[in-house]
Amino acid sequence: MNNLNLISPEIFISLSIMFLLILGVFKKNSSSLIHNLSIGFLLITAILILNKPFDSIATLFGDSYVIDSLSSLMKILTIVGGAFVLSISTKYLKISKIFLIEYPILILCSILGMMVMISSNDLMVFYIGLELQSLALYVLASFNRDQLKSSESGLKYFVLSALSSGLLLYGCSLIYGFSGSTNFNIIGNSMDSTHYGLTFGIVFILVGLAFKISAVPFHMWAPDVYEGSPTSVTLFFAVVPKIAALTVFIRFLYVPFFNMIDQWQPIIIFLSIASMIFGAVAAIGQKNLKRLVAYSSIGHIGYALAGLSVGTNEGIQSSIVYIFIYMIMNLGLFSCLFMMKRNDQYFETIDDLSGLSKNHPVLSLSLLIILFSLAGIPPLAGFFAKFYVFMSVIEQSMYFLAIVGLLSTVIAAFYYLRIIKVIYFDEKREKYDTDHSVWLKISLTLSTLLILLYFIFPSKLVEIVSSINII
Amino acid sequence: MNFPILSSLILLPTIGALFLLFSKDKNSNTGKYVALFTSFVNFLISVYLWYLFDPSTSTFQFVENKEWLKGFVNYKVGIDGISILFIILTTLITPLCIISVNNTIKVKLRDFLIAILVMESLMIGVFCSLDLVVFYLFFEAGLIPMFLIIGIWGGERRVYSAFKFFLYTLLGSVLMLVAIISIYWIAGTTDIVQLYELGIDTKYQNLLWLAFFSSFAVKTPMWPVHTWLPDAHVEAPTAGSVLLAAILLKMAGYGFIRFSLGLFPVASELFTPLVYALSLIAIIYASLVALMQEDMKKLIAYSSVAHMGFVTLGIFTITQQGIEGSIIQMISHGLVSAALFLCVGVVYDRMHSRLIKTYGGLVSVMPKYSILFMLFTLAALGLPGTSGFIGEFLILMGAFKDNFLVAVIASFGVIFGAAYMLWLYRRVVFGNLVNKDLLKIPDLDNSEKFILWSLAIPVLFFGFYPEPLINTIEVSVNDLIEMYNFNLNMFGPEVQK
Repeated sequence: MNNLNLISPEIFISLSIMFLLILGVFKKNSSSLIHNLSIGFLLITAILILNKPFDSIATLFGDSYVIDSLSSLMKILTIVGGAFVLSISTKYLKISKIFLIEYPILILCSILGMMVMISSNDLMVFYIGLELQSLALYVLASFNRDQLKSSESGLKYFVLSALSSGLLLYGCSLIYGFSGSTNFNIIGNSMDSTHYGLTFGIVFILVGLAFKISAVPFHMWAPDVYEGSPTSVTLFFAVVPKIAALTVFIRFLYVPFFNMIDQWQPIIIFLSIASMIFGAVAAIGQKNLKRLVAYSSIGHIGYALAGLSVGTNEGIQSSIVYIFIYMIMNLGLFSCLFMMKRNDQYFETIDDLSGLSKNHPVLSLSLLIILFSLAGIPPLAGFFAKFYVFMSVIEQSMYFLAIVGLLSTVIAAFYYLRIIKVIYFDEKREKYDTDHSVWLKISLTLSTLLILLYFIFPSKLVEIVSSINII
Repeated sequence: MNFPILSSLILLPTIGALFLLFSKDKNSNTGKYVALFTSFVNFLISVYLWYLFDPSTSTFQFVENKEWLKGFVNYKVGIDGISILFIILTTLITPLCIISVNNTIKVKLRDFLIAILVMESLMIGVFCSLDLVVFYLFFEAGLIPMFLIIGIWGGERRVYSAFKFFLYTLLGSVLMLVAIISIYWIAGTTDIVQLYELGIDTKYQNLLWLAFFSSFAVKTPMWPVHTWLPDAHVEAPTAGSVLLAAILLKMAGYGFIRFSLGLFPVASELFTPLVYALSLIAIIYASLVALMQEDMKKLIAYSSVAHMGFVTLGIFTITQQGIEGSIIQMISHGLVSAALFLCVGVVYDRMHSRLIKTYGGLVSVMPKYSILFMLFTLAALGLPGTSGFIGEFLILMGAFKDNFLVAVIASFGVIFGAAYMLWLYRRVVFGNLVNKDLLKIPDLDNSEKFILWSLAIPVLFFGFYPEPLINTIEVSVNDLIEMYNFNLNMFGPEVQK
């Protein structure tokens, strides 16, 4: 009974999914209602999580499920991210004629899957959560089914993701075979770290996970899927699943396999460096903003991985701070994308931003702040995110990683500057509509202010995160 | 005195900028008066600060220390004799820039003023921060407004120049960030005062010095990474060029004195020949290039490179005269180059050409302008009686003390300097008035007169009577050199000066 109390958020969200499904079937034209209800349910779930003591550690179901500060914090991030996605995309969905009951329900499903992933302390539980969120994401990617690109992106994502899940499962079975258990704690205690079988298992699982967070060289799906999916789904892709997958990364590497850090550290460093450089270089030639976001998110994941590769609590904390700030910046960036609408048509290439500053000064200023923050220029939040990561990287004397990372920020700065150039230096075009929903305005204002004023209270976020001690 | 006077100096322009941001009218003059008022008040505060300042000690004064990044970094500001002059230079130049926008900025005046005011805040922050991370924050944040100033209000090739400026500087600075974080892990703090006391382990100094150098060398700019400067200067609007030449370049010289000498004495000693070589190349090469220029702004930009070569040369002589000379040279160059860019701006506003060949014979149509331009030309080439002379003279004196050959080569730079400046003046102001369009242009108006005279007075005053400047910096420089030599004897290899 006590166990059930601890997973009340998960139970609540599952029940609400079923309730919403039934409601959707029996009540006609209930899209709007279900949309709003699901936002409400998400917030209630967040409150349920917050209700528990934050820094206690509890394991349940035979140690296969763990509730600690890491899981609580990441769940809240996921839920808040999901709630924002839902609340700012209403108008977009209506105009794109995909304002259907399935949309919020699928998002809830995938959030449920992510919550299970985040709390999992067992390979099987983790896999179940991963599949639940992936299945929902396949459908979401092809949600705009009348459009060729959307269907294509859904299919592409499905095929490649299934492949990576296969590799991941193979890794799980190898680890089970060589350690005799699927439970993280038991694997950690009983393993013979010299065994090659385990190393192979780790590599396969890392490949699968790297695919989910689109780290180079497993990133190929990202640009196409980001471009083809409906913009609101792209936002969801860019932020929320990465939070969950990063948590699994942390737990998987640091709980059972911390002793084998020599084996996995070079892999993570390679993923990190490759993602940072590739994300920066490949984004330069892009014309479509959604594709550009795909590459920039590849780059940003590289920085989060750099924090992970360090092997200290500070490193883990820095990458959590990074992903949090990254989430805020992306919410702001997509809020701007949702505002680029004229006569019920959305625009998504960089050229469409041309001369934006002359028609929409406030929107341009927000975009300017967000873009400079993404580029990591002080005193904006993006700088502090990178600062923490490199602080922990340099603490371990990993200078090569730090220098490569910082040099790739210079390359990345180029394409962010290019967007700013188009906004501020180029000739103006027609005006965009200004009838945005309140939520959209709130989310843009909130994220811009957070980014801009982060430097006044820079330690608040770090304090929250500092309760996370995995090692 | 518990009033946070330095923080208010930093914040005041930003508050003015916020006020402008929320004001309704976008192009009227009200915004200009607000900006002018804030920056002028800031100037008065900084002069008052100079009055309160106690020059008889080198400990940092008006120190404010607040917890900021918990456990890592404190927000710490304070000034000594070296930084106060740069702060006053900043607060003097900014209101003049704001006055000068009258004729140059036609679009988005309000946004331009906001950018200038934010820039002022950041520049003051650079000069009074006493923590490496805080310093880096101000140092880098300045890129954003400057990028916009060049990019939005610049000339034809502004996009290229803005990008070049931004990326060059960023590239130099990221290595400094690595070095700053490394210092935190090596010494356990990034507080400059504590670092001065603790010293940094000798075996790390060389790499750290190079990392800082990469940033400051780009910003100075030293040969061979100076190429962003002519582009940025040429394309930036007048006020932007003025800020860039007068203050932004000085951040690097200040950084050399404060960080390279102060924190890494052993490495500084080791790398002195490198700096000498680069400085000499900068002086000679930039002077020769300046001789060939047909664009007035570009010529002055190259002369800046040469003058900054003198500054780095003086700093690394590590003698009392050399460093004092460098500081005075920086202040003087701040005033003179600002004035020269404004002079170019004056004729550019009238003729819309920066090419030297457009002009000639200006003396007959613009006599007042010609007098002031003459004064600044002479100050730029270091004529006795102007502040430029004091700086160059002290630097050369320091150089002679340290290395005879270097001083001799550097002295050639003075001659070249006279050559290109006088030749520029002759081609623009004297000669026959060939271009008939010149006949229609008016002489200086009141605001232009005001700006140029407010720069001319300190140039002349400190040229004849440099005592106040030297008094302010003397003790600080002296203690810096003592600390330098002390650390060198304690930790350094057996190289005695």
